[in-house]
Amino acid sequence: MSKTYHLTTPLTDEVTRELKSGDIVYLSGTIFTARDAAHKKLVDLIEAGEELPFDLEGSIIYFVGPTPPKPGDPIGSAGPTTSYRMDSYSPTMLKNGSKGMIGKGKRSQEVKDACKEYGGIYFGATGGAGALLGKQIRTAEVIAYPELGPEAVRKLTVEDFPVTVVNDTYGNDLYQIGRDQYEVK
Amino acid sequence: MREIAYEEIVKNVRDIIIYSASNLPEDALNAMKEAYESEKSPVSKEVLKQLLDNADIASSEKRPLCQDTGLAVFFIKLGADVKVVGGLLKDAINEGTEKGYTEGYLRASTCEPFSRANLKDTVGYNLPAIIHLDIVEGDKIDIEYAAKGGGSENVSRARVFPPAAGKEGVIEYVKECISDAGGNPCPPLTVGVGIGGTFEKAVISSKHALFRNIGSTNEDEEMAELEGTIKDELNKLGIGTMGMGGTETVLAVHIESNPCHIASLPVSVNVQCHSSRHTHITI
Repeated sequence: MSKTYHLTTPLTDEVTRELKSGDIVYLSGTIFTARDAAHKKLVDLIEAGEELPFDLEGSIIYFVGPTPPKPGDPIGSAGPTTSYRMDSYSPTMLKNGSKGMIGKGKRSQEVKDACKEYGGIYFGATGGAGALLGKQIRTAEVIAYPELGPEAVRKLTVEDFPVTVVNDTYGNDLYQIGRDQYEVK
Repeated sequence: MREIAYEEIVKNVRDIIIYSASNLPEDALNAMKEAYESEKSPVSKEVLKQLLDNADIASSEKRPLCQDTGLAVFFIKLGADVKVVGGLLKDAINEGTEKGYTEGYLRASTCEPFSRANLKDTVGYNLPAIIHLDIVEGDKIDIEYAAKGGGSENVSRARVFPPAAGKEGVIEYVKECISDAGGNPCPPLTVGVGIGGTFEKAVISSKHALFRNIGSTNEDEEMAELEGTIKDELNKLGIGTMGMGGTETVLAVHIESNPCHIASLPVSVNVQCHSSRHTHITI
């Protein structure tokens, strides 16, 4: 039976180890955005032993490239992008303290293993619900790589941002569980 | 000869781009509502509900339905009796695209293929538009437009089969494509299938098939039946909305077929996410 949680960032191991695939989570607090190009830059910094533009410890990374804000809004539409493109970078992020990712679509075995080993969670947000999800973002500030345009790293403040636990810290995968239940062989 | 002003084309293109970004067309909206009614999985049903709510918020608050506001794709039929005055048709489409994406606060999603540098500051918003042009009889310009997102484009594929592969080969190929894709292309999907022609003709046909209204029937009886067969097969995959597991994975399968070489059976699968932002105008 899936449970519903209201959680505030940063997340700790104690919290992430409690979550199970299928649980609904409403996230509040600070999260950071990064897509393909930003991940490459962040992982290069980690490998070079240099300082990152934000503290990874307990952080949640949202895979998103929002539309530009209209005057008076903090951000435009902001739904998740497809996560597999970040598969080669995510284990390094988790190993260095990040506790969660928000995206859409399935992840590699390496990412699922890293979630188990480092206590990370892969959350799914509803792809294509950009207008609805954008409304849960209260503030947005570009903190690194402005030259990447929509792919720049942003610090977001979110309130009750709705996500579902896809990959938990026990190796479960909601996509597999769901599909096994409805596939007609 | 009918004269159509360059600026009129620019304005029309700008307007349909902005409107399409936040208003799901009626055919897509109806298909989503039907999927919501039919879906057996409570999780997928809940996500479909979120998507219907999202469509409401997007149109009432004029916000883009999705942050991926796509690349601008056009199929244009230019009447042979039309003269565009004040500039080239292609430039008018591109200028309208730039204005639409800029003035509508839509995302600039074009970048250099290897450096990945965003083109926003050098070439303008979301240029160049992808334009397919045909010359037809008459004195009108017929414009079909779609905002094509990246997630669903990334799982699309094409292959030239030997003729012996036949219908079975086509069905298996489409099944394999959608099964491998899982939730990545944002189901429930519209699946465009281009059959026949040359390699590139099949690909362009599979793209154009996505512009057809969801719920419409193929004019060719054999193809209409094949569309139904493929749709049933795909819904057996159990992928569901956003890959959460469920009974409604595809809203429609659209086939566009062409005569082909005696040696070949080209097949292309172009995938469209649930946010099927397409529109059709005539100037």
